[in-house]
Amino acid sequence: MSSQNYDSACLPDLLPLYYRRLFPFSQYFRWLNYGGVQKNYFQNREFSFTLKDDIYVRYQSFSTQTELEKEMQKMNPYKIDIGAIYSHRPSQHNTVKSGTFQALEKELVFDIDMTDYDDVRSCCSAADICCKCWTLMTIAIRILDRALRDDFGFQQLLWVYSGRRGVHCWVCDEGARKLSSAARSAVAEYLSLVKGGDDTLKKVVLTDPIHPFIRESLLLVERYFSRYALLEQDILGRKESVEKVLSLVPEDILYLKELQQVFQNEKKPETRWKLVKDHAIRKQVCISGTSKKGQHFEKEIMLQYCYPRLDVNVSKGVNHLLKSPFSTLSLSLLSFEPWTGRISVPMDLKELETFDPFAVPTISQICEELDRPRSGEEDGKSEDAKEKENEKEAAERRRIRDYKRTSLAKYVKYFDRFLDGMACSWKGELLKKSDLQKDF
Amino acid sequence: MDFSSGRKKSLTNTQTELYRHHLQFYDQPPLENISLGEFEAFAVDRLKLLKTVENVGVSYLKGSDQYSNKLVSELKSLNFPYRPDTGPSEHDKRRKDHISHFILRLAYCQTEDLRRWFIQQEVDLFRHRFDELSPQQKLELLNRNNLQYATTSVKEKILLKDELLNSSYNVSGITVEEQDFYKVPFQDALDLVRARKVYLKAGYVYIPQKDIVTIVLNDFRTRLSKSLAVSVLSSLLFENELITTSQKATNFFVYGRVTLCFPGPEHFTVLTARSLPAVHSDERLQPLLNHLSHAYVGQDYSIQKNVGKISLDQIDSLSGKSFPLCMRQLHQSLRENHHLRHGGRMQYGLFLKGIGLSLEQALQFWRSEFIRGKVDADKFDKAYAYSVRHMFGKEGKRTDYTPYSCMKVILSNPPSQGDHHGCPFRHSDPELLKQKLQFYKVPASGISQILELVKGMHFQLACQKYFELTHNIDDANFSLNHPNQYFIESQKVLGGGKEIKREVDTAQRLQENSATKGSAATREPAADASKAEDEMTEDLDSYFQDA
Repeated sequence: MSSQNYDSACLPDLLPLYYRRLFPFSQYFRWLNYGGVQKNYFQNREFSFTLKDDIYVRYQSFSTQTELEKEMQKMNPYKIDIGAIYSHRPSQHNTVKSGTFQALEKELVFDIDMTDYDDVRSCCSAADICCKCWTLMTIAIRILDRALRDDFGFQQLLWVYSGRRGVHCWVCDEGARKLSSAARSAVAEYLSLVKGGDDTLKKVVLTDPIHPFIRESLLLVERYFSRYALLEQDILGRKESVEKVLSLVPEDILYLKELQQVFQNEKKPETRWKLVKDHAIRKQVCISGTSKKGQHFEKEIMLQYCYPRLDVNVSKGVNHLLKSPFSTLSLSLLSFEPWTGRISVPMDLKELETFDPFAVPTISQICEELDRPRSGEEDGKSEDAKEKENEKEAAERRRIRDYKRTSLAKYVKYFDRFLDGMACSWKGELLKKSDLQKDF
Repeated sequence: MDFSSGRKKSLTNTQTELYRHHLQFYDQPPLENISLGEFEAFAVDRLKLLKTVENVGVSYLKGSDQYSNKLVSELKSLNFPYRPDTGPSEHDKRRKDHISHFILRLAYCQTEDLRRWFIQQEVDLFRHRFDELSPQQKLELLNRNNLQYATTSVKEKILLKDELLNSSYNVSGITVEEQDFYKVPFQDALDLVRARKVYLKAGYVYIPQKDIVTIVLNDFRTRLSKSLAVSVLSSLLFENELITTSQKATNFFVYGRVTLCFPGPEHFTVLTARSLPAVHSDERLQPLLNHLSHAYVGQDYSIQKNVGKISLDQIDSLSGKSFPLCMRQLHQSLRENHHLRHGGRMQYGLFLKGIGLSLEQALQFWRSEFIRGKVDADKFDKAYAYSVRHMFGKEGKRTDYTPYSCMKVILSNPPSQGDHHGCPFRHSDPELLKQKLQFYKVPASGISQILELVKGMHFQLACQKYFELTHNIDDANFSLNHPNQYFIESQKVLGGGKEIKREVDTAQRLQENSATKGSAATREPAADASKAEDEMTEDLDSYFQDA
């Protein structure tokens, strides 16, 4: 697995370039303003910045897109987090009477982190990822996306690659933004199946009846299980892995010894798995009523190895800060971990199967692309005309042209489409409001 | 709110309408005049009811027959609506239910702990009463209170049959066929969603009619929670004084009546306006409300009905048989150390007064014990005797102090090093408590039950359990909240009062021997034994019938 090591001296040069010429401010503002349906929605939003030398500042807020741009270009944050919409402007929170400054709304968010799967992946550990274990993210996205849409009825979901070793989901529906903390934790619990820390061996326990949510999730896992677990992760190949898998088979099963014996002769992972499944079916048919536990152990194994692991705490709090899309770094330069400098980009689920986290542009990459000589530009305006335009517009146009020349383009384009989708609902809301105010 | 005098007598139409139904959500505060007496009586009765709800909820499985029966009998005895009849006789009970709920809201809104307690008991009470409604009445209640959830069409039900069956082990094929399923927004059914006990589709959970109670309860709990928050804000706004607003305030006070004026959401907006005419604070109510939340609402055992019926040499054996653990412990340390500190003297001394010790006996008792210790007779007479007489209301402002209730023992004056008072279930370290119980030969299984109750902070129930274990009975059949009550109940179990030896002559002799003047009140007539016994039993009975 390759992670490009950066000369930390580069970053101070790259960030200003990034914020002046590449960061998609107008789309960003368009998103967080939510069509201007609610007053002061953008103004009361908290941002937090991680600056040079690891300085962390909270409660940043801005009145307009221009102010946001100016400040970010001035501060050149290494990392940006988005927080909640508060009752007052976060930058003025000290002037507000204590107790009345409250977080009111925020998108419903989920954070899937590859390190939470360390006990079930053999290819990498900790901050490392590779194409083999990336499938876990694909499975996670498939399962959660389906559940959030079909079960909960949410529609405006933005999936973002976090830049290093996981993905985030931002549920932007109005209803989602208004959820209480209790509701958020209920949603996260509903979506949680893998429970337990290092000292829990068996992290998934299923009992009858199997809830439709679990059934649907299993169907999705099954699509990937064979290739991912049996082939790539080889969970039934190497001895230690086999032992680990078999440790998840219920002890009372007489077949366990049988299984272990059979495994002596049968080496192919697919066949071994088939044997496990057969035994599971046999157990379900036989036991019927005496022991409720352990009937679905083959399902439990699949889920333990593949089912998404959420951090409930991220989703629970209305005021929880989460890394912003289009932000760059996620760790301090003072650590010695190699960092990638990859941009946090929105993901188009239509291309999920071919998504390659290593193809996601890094900040130095896109800065480099910026300096490349222009080729095949569709821009036909004359130099004079450009000079005549007022400066802001010109800068804007330049920026639009700029990112389009880089690998960032397709991600911003997708983000635009996502925003277009949301815009329909904003229009409806605005109309409703103006009708109420008799404002034609 | 407009208080025209025409309001005084009749209830509003909406209120009459409200009382046609057994159960309500307490959305609308009552608007009428009631007497101070009614105000207090209603509040106390509801408090008793809620305490029973709490006790019963810990002793029995909620929803079981025993649980329901106990609640129904308590509701009945306190004159609250106990069955979903729609008869005119229920009108008064429902009015009482309505008013008492709102009064307790005011008393219990002040702190987080009080609010939590109040909400929990009210929710449990509501659940019990909701369960008693017929399906028809349940639907009606939902409709009346804007809990209008769409039902699934038959077609949709058939389509979703498998999903519905698999979502909850609570749902059978029959349920799906016969019952209506309601589509409730998932935000209103968070507990079901969290535990994945229900079918969820497009943001709606599908709930069979029989389970709609969970939703209803959640709704009730949320509404109540919000209202209590409003109550707090309103009362804080006026510096903890209950405000009644009216334009003709004087009229109401003259007749000793109270105008009920409860802060509701709309009221709150009115109250925040600066321009308020004639705002008066009602000083009569605030003390009552303050005390309600710490109230002991039973007997106070201050009237000594059995004076002289106990002789001093019985105390040792009584302490083992009929004293609650706190008093047994105090008695034991008194005997061991020949001394007790002030807190212990008060708690134990008043208890002894409550069980029937006369002043003379008490003086004798304390004196003889203290003399065995480091205190000589003179010092006792100078220092401690005064305090004993004080307890009996013979000194100072002559207040006849009442024996401490469990609540008082548990909540006030926690013991420190060298003290032996307080409630052992509350104040003793569980390990020490365990040892103590073992020493008193409580069976091991009983000890663990007691410790469980202590862990759950149900100290009085732990003591009740101690009662049951030491008297070898299954069910104490009373709700313990006073040490003297424990004593009486114990005597009742051990032989209906017949065991209290009357030894009047002994008592008299002791009185004559003591330094102070004998009290005339303790002269028992030398009637024949049976008559005296009847009298005693009668007296004991009257203890139970009292309030």
